[in-house]
Amino acid sequence: MKFLKNFMVGVSALALTAGAAQAEISDGVVKIGVLTDMSGTYSDVAGPGTVTAAEMAIEDFGGTVAGAPIEVVSADHQNKADVAANKAREWGDTQQVDAFAELVTTSVAMAVFEVAKQQNKVVLVSGAASSPLTNDACIPSGLHWTYNTRALAVGTGSAIVKEGGDSWYFLTADYAFGESLQRDVTTVVEAGGGKVLGASKHPFPASDFSSFVLQAQASGAKIIGLANAGGDTINAIKAANEFGIVSAGQKIAGLLVFLSDVHALGLETAQGLLMTASFYWDLNDETRAWSQRFYERTGKMPTGVQAGVYSSVTHYLKAIEATGTDDTDTVVAKMREMPVNDFFAQNGVLRSDGRMVHDMYLAEVKSPAESTGPWDYLKIVRVIPGEEAYGPLSESTCPTK
Amino acid sequence: MFSDLLGIAPQVLFGQLLLGLINGSFYAVLSLGLAVIFGLLNIVNFAHGALYMLGAFAAWLLGKYLHIDYWGALILAPLIVGFIGVLLDRFLLRRLAGVDHLYGLLLTFGLAMLIEGLFVKMFGASGQPFAAPKALNGGVNLGFMFLPYYRAWVVVASLVVCAVTWYVFERTKIGAYLRAGTENPKLLQAFGVNVPLLTTLAYGYGVALAAFAGVLAAPITQVNPLMGSNLIIVVFAVVVIGGMGSIMGAIVTGLSMGVVEGLTKVFWPEASSTIIFIVMAIVLVLRPAGLFGRTN
Repeated sequence: MKFLKNFMVGVSALALTAGAAQAEISDGVVKIGVLTDMSGTYSDVAGPGTVTAAEMAIEDFGGTVAGAPIEVVSADHQNKADVAANKAREWGDTQQVDAFAELVTTSVAMAVFEVAKQQNKVVLVSGAASSPLTNDACIPSGLHWTYNTRALAVGTGSAIVKEGGDSWYFLTADYAFGESLQRDVTTVVEAGGGKVLGASKHPFPASDFSSFVLQAQASGAKIIGLANAGGDTINAIKAANEFGIVSAGQKIAGLLVFLSDVHALGLETAQGLLMTASFYWDLNDETRAWSQRFYERTGKMPTGVQAGVYSSVTHYLKAIEATGTDDTDTVVAKMREMPVNDFFAQNGVLRSDGRMVHDMYLAEVKSPAESTGPWDYLKIVRVIPGEEAYGPLSESTCPTK
Repeated sequence: MFSDLLGIAPQVLFGQLLLGLINGSFYAVLSLGLAVIFGLLNIVNFAHGALYMLGAFAAWLLGKYLHIDYWGALILAPLIVGFIGVLLDRFLLRRLAGVDHLYGLLLTFGLAMLIEGLFVKMFGASGQPFAAPKALNGGVNLGFMFLPYYRAWVVVASLVVCAVTWYVFERTKIGAYLRAGTENPKLLQAFGVNVPLLTTLAYGYGVALAAFAGVLAAPITQVNPLMGSNLIIVVFAVVVIGGMGSIMGAIVTGLSMGVVEGLTKVFWPEASSTIIFIVMAIVLVLRPAGLFGRTN
């Protein structure tokens, strides 16, 4: 009898927990909304490749988490904050989207943070770079995965100052990201004993950089820092080459350069450029294997932003699996508790300010002679430890940390 | 010196003026094409930016797959894209003759989005590198700035094309036919002139001008599917300032707006992308037909 009673209690307890776990996944589905620039300046850096990365993450997870199916939806935010916010609101209100992912362009990420705060949704930022996302502008469920402007400044900025590049002139994209990058690099340059002689803010996006490049030349600075990204960086580097800036002795520092930019510039133009990378396909067997699969689907090697989407979505799903719920607070707490370990990050730590701290890489673009095959573009100069790249948590000005 | 008074070194000022002239050359060739098309077909050709991009891509594809160099592409790409323009006119735009301008605008706008979307899908948004011809590598130090030979070539080529176009349209018999065709196509047809063929060729020429500008731009910017969409709105503003359909207006305004923009980049860089629209607003208030336009 006793046995039977125990058995019955056990069965009903099991049934209860199973039922509870099922009910814990809201609406019976885990839905991830990838909001990205599908067709504009940043569509090679992020774009359709990030949707592929999210899909790969879901497939590799088996398509279900805690018994519920996983779905991905995507939309083009056109680098416009209002478009992104409206889409996110619609997804959250009517389509049961649980997490917003990617969000290249800082203004977009900040607008979606507002929506996510009201709806209490998880935000997995990969493409946006501004460090304020985990400082003044932070929200408790906003997680900044791939990199930020501080890490870029510490990587490229300090390496250049150490090499004697102690006077700077910035060409800055005229929006939140450009300003954030310029500010963070300025801090590093000044801390290293260098000085900033001036800056030109250019419209975003801009196609002709010749006049900005000439202003930078007239400043006499040793280093022309490009506080911009994507197509803007490409065009600025081309203009600098064309106007003989580099041959006259000034150096170009691309502060945010992606693999897709190097590919577009060609090694002949890009060789020797220092860049801070969150990821490179040719680091080890794991990165090569994943990147090869990505390449087979897209015809391009992944950028850090794309790899970061895979990593963040996977970690999010792991936390749901571990807790059996998609409740935002519970899942985010679990994500913080678990180290991030995949091909993208080793022992990555998700801090309370939302920053995912992982190692970064200072890389140099190879010369055409050094490159042995397609996409063989970078050599790693130095691994930048996560703590150095992102600074200690005590430095973060996030009020909810 | 005046420029010193404003706290700007003379070399910066002269440099920007020259750069403005270079950019103005692009505006001039592009707005010239638009002016030709609007003047003769009464079509607001919003596909102009996409056709400019097609010119650059044609040059890039010719080089990549047929190993045709820059100079060959400079001739061939406008011919190919001009022919595409002729097809567009024959099969699409022709059907809109006689209906409201708005339909032409919507059709060409849709075409532009279609073409650009297709190219982003096929080639990505970062663009393809395109090297300037070897003969034009390097540059000359003018004292106040380093002028790449290639940019000097752009100005010369644009001015020649503009001058030839102006001459053909304003001083030759073909030009007279073309202008008569816009005034009164029925009457002209009664004289035995094949007006539909004339307008089709005119559209093809306007498109070829866009493609020519595209090839000129290819070594300066990337060959990028979106290169035209950034430019087209500015070029429309230039056409409006110059006067819709005015050939001389398009050329002069194109060059001068380039210079105005260059100056703005010195004194207030953030406003450089808006200054042309401010000028446009002022011109529209004071002279609604544009600086060189004739009111009907």
